Amino acid sequence: MSLPAYNFAYLDEQTKRMIRRAVLKAIAIPGYQVPFASREMPMPYGWGTGGVQVTAAVIGPDDVLKVIDQGADDTTNAVSIRKFFAKTAGVKTTTATREATIIQTRHRIPETPLHVGQVLVYQVPIPEPLRFLEPRETETRRMHALTEYGLMHVKLYEDIARHGHIATTYAYPVKVDGRYVMDPSPTPKFDNPKMDQCPALQLFGAGREKRIYAIPPYTSVVSLDFEDFPFERYRHPGTCALCGATDTFLDEIVTDDAGGRMFVCSDTDYCETRRAAHSPPPLAGEGQGGGSAAGAAQEASPSLPLPSKRGREEQDLKAAEHD
Amino acid sequence: MPGQAIRLDPAIASQAAFRAVMDAMSHPGEVRTFATTVRAPAPLNPAAAAVACALMDFETPVWLDGPLAAAPEFVTWLRFETGAPVVAAADAATFAVIADPLAMPSFSAFALGSHDYPDRSVTLLVQVERFGEGEPMRLSGPGLARPRGFSATPLPADFIARLHVNRALFPRGVDIILASDDAVAALPRSVRVKRESD
Repeated sequence: MSLPAYNFAYLDEQTKRMIRRAVLKAIAIPGYQVPFASREMPMPYGWGTGGVQVTAAVIGPDDVLKVIDQGADDTTNAVSIRKFFAKTAGVKTTTATREATIIQTRHRIPETPLHVGQVLVYQVPIPEPLRFLEPRETETRRMHALTEYGLMHVKLYEDIARHGHIATTYAYPVKVDGRYVMDPSPTPKFDNPKMDQCPALQLFGAGREKRIYAIPPYTSVVSLDFEDFPFERYRHPGTCALCGATDTFLDEIVTDDAGGRMFVCSDTDYCETRRAAHSPPPLAGEGQGGGSAAGAAQEASPSLPLPSKRGREEQDLKAAEHD
Repeated sequence: MPGQAIRLDPAIASQAAFRAVMDAMSHPGEVRTFATTVRAPAPLNPAAAAVACALMDFETPVWLDGPLAAAPEFVTWLRFETGAPVVAAADAATFAVIADPLAMPSFSAFALGSHDYPDRSVTLLVQVERFGEGEPMRLSGPGLARPRGFSATPLPADFIARLHVNRALFPRGVDIILASDDAVAALPRSVRVKRESD
């Protein structure tokens, strides 16, 4: 009765030490996947067991936790994980990106710029960027050791040969600090530039695949590309129907069974903050340009190329494996 | 109450020590002060003792330098508090604790990891007296928005040269946690170091 059913933040201390040692090595070798003894968690693989273990090892009683799933604070996965830590660690939780000290994320980077001292914890399904090109772990390990990344460029080249452009839209491979090629987890490539020189520490946890990797703050993260086919930050050419943002990553929402649909910001906190700043909120349809959103629309990207023929890419993204 | 977590002090204390080390490792050369109630027998200082308790256990063979290995009370304390096996072979250790930095062995005496598994390398826990004194270094690389100055004392005279060699080995190499009485700083293998005067 008086004994706790579990340790602070659920995991036992020995497990936390093991994860903490892996996290430190991951930070010291940016982009390298450190094997760790992933534990069974009270949730199935694919629901963020890697991210949860990393968060549990890092979190302290003074932390403020935010959890997002595809940018949203209010989806099942996000709500469950937030409650899990509120219960097992007694920490304060928030949906506000600015207030959070730890943000666990599934497949998005918040639109609000992160700041020094924050930790972004990614849930990762397949940590190995070369896995679909070379299934053998022994071989991919050797390829990383030798910086042998030609195969990845061949893959991107085949995209161009087939589609006329690099058709990879999510989990777009990056090179970290000029050394390791890394899978940023299935985030849309729209988010890739946010990883470069990010002031926050980025930790990646893959529970099923038993890997932890990291990008320290202020580290160079370059999306792989070619001189004549440079990386393009893809954004669906639309306007958020709720807040009028023209510079955020959008989700398509089906509104009826007669083909009705609308696009809204995938980052719910960013969208709500903008709507709170707007008065009255803009109606669906025409973009408001975001000019009146005091301080909210800091993500400066007016010069984004907005190719028009790639609307289906976003649907491809949705088809990504649920993790 | 069933289902209610109780905040056990050791869990919170080791989290605080780890977080200081994680912050230090993510921002090379930044000195992180933290409070700890952990006290080890001489000659290890409190911050280094707290880091040892937070990171070492039965899975991590530990190598001790001369002054530590010669202090039976300390060795007993370390074995009791962490359960870590103390090993005589430096290259078999996951952690090496160094109380006398001036006499520390060359990095190559320790496990540097392999190209396939660069994480299988030692972490050096080096006790220093003070930060902000000693030969000034200029650090840059991951974790640093712009180059920053760093110094600690005492450190070997050829410490910067050793760090150069360590960086050249990347992704292999050693990672270093420096601990004064109440603060830590880190020099991960990713850091680029220059003499301040160069």
